[in-house]
Amino acid sequence: MEIVRKWIQTIMAFLVNGSWSFPFTRTIYQGPLKVICSPGLNCYSCPASTTYCPIGTLQQLLAGIRITLENGQNFFGLYVIGTMGILGGAFGRLICGWVCPFGLIQELLHKIPSKKFSIPRKLHYIKYGFLLFFVILLPLTVVDAFGYGQLWFCKYVCPAGTLEAGLPMLMLQPALGQTIGPLFYNKISILVGFVIWSILASRPFCRTACPLGAFYALFKKLKLVKLRLVEENCTRCEACHAVCPMGVKFNESPEDAECISCLKCMDKACKFDAITLEIAGLPLGSKGRAGRTHGAKQGNAVM
Amino acid sequence: MKAESKKTRKRVRVAPFITILFFLIMGIVGIMTGEVGRVLEQAVQVCLSCIGIG
Repeated sequence: MEIVRKWIQTIMAFLVNGSWSFPFTRTIYQGPLKVICSPGLNCYSCPASTTYCPIGTLQQLLAGIRITLENGQNFFGLYVIGTMGILGGAFGRLICGWVCPFGLIQELLHKIPSKKFSIPRKLHYIKYGFLLFFVILLPLTVVDAFGYGQLWFCKYVCPAGTLEAGLPMLMLQPALGQTIGPLFYNKISILVGFVIWSILASRPFCRTACPLGAFYALFKKLKLVKLRLVEENCTRCEACHAVCPMGVKFNESPEDAECISCLKCMDKACKFDAITLEIAGLPLGSKGRAGRTHGAKQGNAVM
Repeated sequence: MKAESKKTRKRVRVAPFITILFFLIMGIVGIMTGEVGRVLEQAVQVCLSCIGIG
């Protein structure tokens, strides 16, 4: 299953970054596909990007809302939020685990051999602050003399934008190097920090800073596709704790907002069919190992 | 037996469908207000300050 997931992550990364004419055009893709929402965090200023980033676009719409309203255009971000909500309602953070290109990058970085560290649970709440303040409230309320706000998350934080768009654009258009300033160095520092942190800890950006992950996490109880704990089969062996890349203790909190449904707990860890995948409450399947049912569980307990 | 089958029968969760429908309607309203054009207009431009340049 892990190989399937890696393939899907790779294919999706190439689908949302499917325009490879940029070495010749030296700019970003500007075709009509850019009305399609990237399910994962993928900067639309990336030269190869064929979709729009929901977080960047939402900030832009909110930052310019005064101007568009003055012009009689009611652009409140409904199209963007609607698309994000459909994805969230259907899959929740499964998108982080299976589709997001920046999640894939972090997973690959984490494969670099080094001492590994956990991430304190309290840091997980920072991403909700980024969603509320940097994506919604600050772009909406802090405006210049002309009534335009700023894209606070993209401009001051997003390491995906620096990696996927900032650095490639500098290579494609070297003249841009003359405009580099403190903003760029700040973003490079954040990127380097997350790269190092990704080597030492699993998915640190997803867990602490990603506003898109925070948005999808709001659907933890409402999402269509989710993992379910079969209480009667669970032996509390805690094997699911060790394999989770997000630090979820699945048997203790099966509806954890951090669960990215990567299925490692179901596929790799649980030997007792205590974790199943369900769609709208209907079990889609589990690992389904024959003979490893409640009876086997009791046998194991005796041993 | 009958009671047991009733007990074990899986119930379909309706909440995800209501959620998806709600956001689908929101998205359609967004499309009707012409927001798609605005999104495209923004997405085809390089936002230099957004990527740390400029």
